[in-house]
Amino acid sequence: MTLTRRAALGASLAALAAPSLGRAQGAARLLVIGGGFGGATAARFARLSYPELQVTLVEPLARFITCPYGNLLLGGYRQIGDITHSYDGLRAAGIRVVQDWAEGIDAAGKRVRLRGGETLGYDKLILSPGIAIRWGGLPGYDEAASQVFPHAWIPGDGSQTQLLRRQLEAMPDGGVVGLSIPANPFRCPPGPYERISMIAAYLKRHKPRSKILALDAKDAFSKQGLFQDGWKALYGEMVEWVPANKDGKVARVDPAERVFETEFGVRHKVAVGNVIPPQSAARLVLDSGLAATTGWAEIDPATFAVRSAPDIHIVGDAINGAPMPKSGYIANSTAKQAVASAVAALRGTPAPDAVYFNTCYSHVGEEYGISIVGIFRPGAPGGNPGFVEVPNSGGVSPRGDLPEQRRLEAIYADTWYASITKDMFG
Amino acid sequence: MRQAIGGLGLLGMVWAAPAWAAGPAPLAAQGCVGCHGPNGMGVAQGARLAGREAAEIEALMRAFRANERPGTIMNRIARGYTDEEIVAISRHFAAIR
Repeated sequence: MTLTRRAALGASLAALAAPSLGRAQGAARLLVIGGGFGGATAARFARLSYPELQVTLVEPLARFITCPYGNLLLGGYRQIGDITHSYDGLRAAGIRVVQDWAEGIDAAGKRVRLRGGETLGYDKLILSPGIAIRWGGLPGYDEAASQVFPHAWIPGDGSQTQLLRRQLEAMPDGGVVGLSIPANPFRCPPGPYERISMIAAYLKRHKPRSKILALDAKDAFSKQGLFQDGWKALYGEMVEWVPANKDGKVARVDPAERVFETEFGVRHKVAVGNVIPPQSAARLVLDSGLAATTGWAEIDPATFAVRSAPDIHIVGDAINGAPMPKSGYIANSTAKQAVASAVAALRGTPAPDAVYFNTCYSHVGEEYGISIVGIFRPGAPGGNPGFVEVPNSGGVSPRGDLPEQRRLEAIYADTWYASITKDMFG
Repeated sequence: MRQAIGGLGLLGMVWAAPAWAAGPAPLAAQGCVGCHGPNGMGVAQGARLAGREAAEIEALMRAFRANERPGTIMNRIARGYTDEEIVAISRHFAAIR
């Protein structure tokens, strides 16, 4: 569809609709920053559900590599191309995709400055910029150290995950693979433990005398019983997980010596080290003054609007959405509520009632999947100011010797990946 | 919920396009499309919901919710939704052709 035709269509639809979404001149402008699970979802959902909107997506990378299923690269079950997505489908849907960095937000003037020099005005802004690594949050871990101990936690161009994979391939049989796992909150709560599983799957096939030493800053983790059952069943004694209360917290790393040093001074030498570092909301959120002192953005749980700047909505891993996890499914689910709320505000109508949905599948081994389900709602007015999980709903897969349940959940995990990426990118 | 569905339904009628016959889904139904395909059209092992009888979808959801039907994951999911939401979800997908 040409711009002219779309504009004409938008105008005619706006004329039909009451109350109108239209600005004084032209269609209302929805600007989305960040083309991941939150941003791509927001842009496509907005474009398809509210065709009268003019939707622009700003994303610095030409292609999106998903965090979900990145661990399967380490296991050898996927290649990078399998988890790489183009923005062409969004362009074809009529979204303007601008490949650039958003550098600054002028909330009062309702515009965003891009690194390339362009300034984009908006009527409503949806921010979904993801996370930043808190360099310096773990002593010894800086950008140079990430070339020795990859984090592989922000996919970017895929180089971090591929570096970790190459290191595993180059490691001699019998080596120790160390993981440093952070305190809450962080992106993808079950992710480190799926990663342990997928590394174990690779080692079992290719380097069976090797060990995994997982040093954790926590005493408990997501789907813990299910993961530990699976590790035992599939990998025997290969995985050693050390909680914080057993001196599992890594206090500093020494990339030159390939050492993880714990709080109590134990120095663990590793052949390959994966540091999942402490995190915050992405730089844009911090630099724009939209993050609380925690490093995460606080938003209205019914609309995802920022209280001090109600035309800005923030979704995805950059927000404090507890007890919701920082997951792709939550970003997808909440992005739609943010868009619907932004449109409602433009129309002067109340935001729709909210219910947020999450399922996080994890692959423990080939044909061995587990899951956690959560359904969440905004807290009651005057009560909990954040999000609440619906009582007696959701939860984790049943424990026990249930091979058919595990097999089906591995298949459903693949289905989830196919379905949600189609919902995001068309 | 009723107000939101009514509003979106009205807009759906005004802006109806073939693939979006029911207009923007009630947000509760948006939770389904992460596994059952955009518009509930079905993907891989995610069963198609679009075009099925509303009564059938509703009965399945209620059976999962009451643990009267074995499920791998749907029984855990269905327990998160109210009667009103189950009706809205069922009607939404039934209306997509």
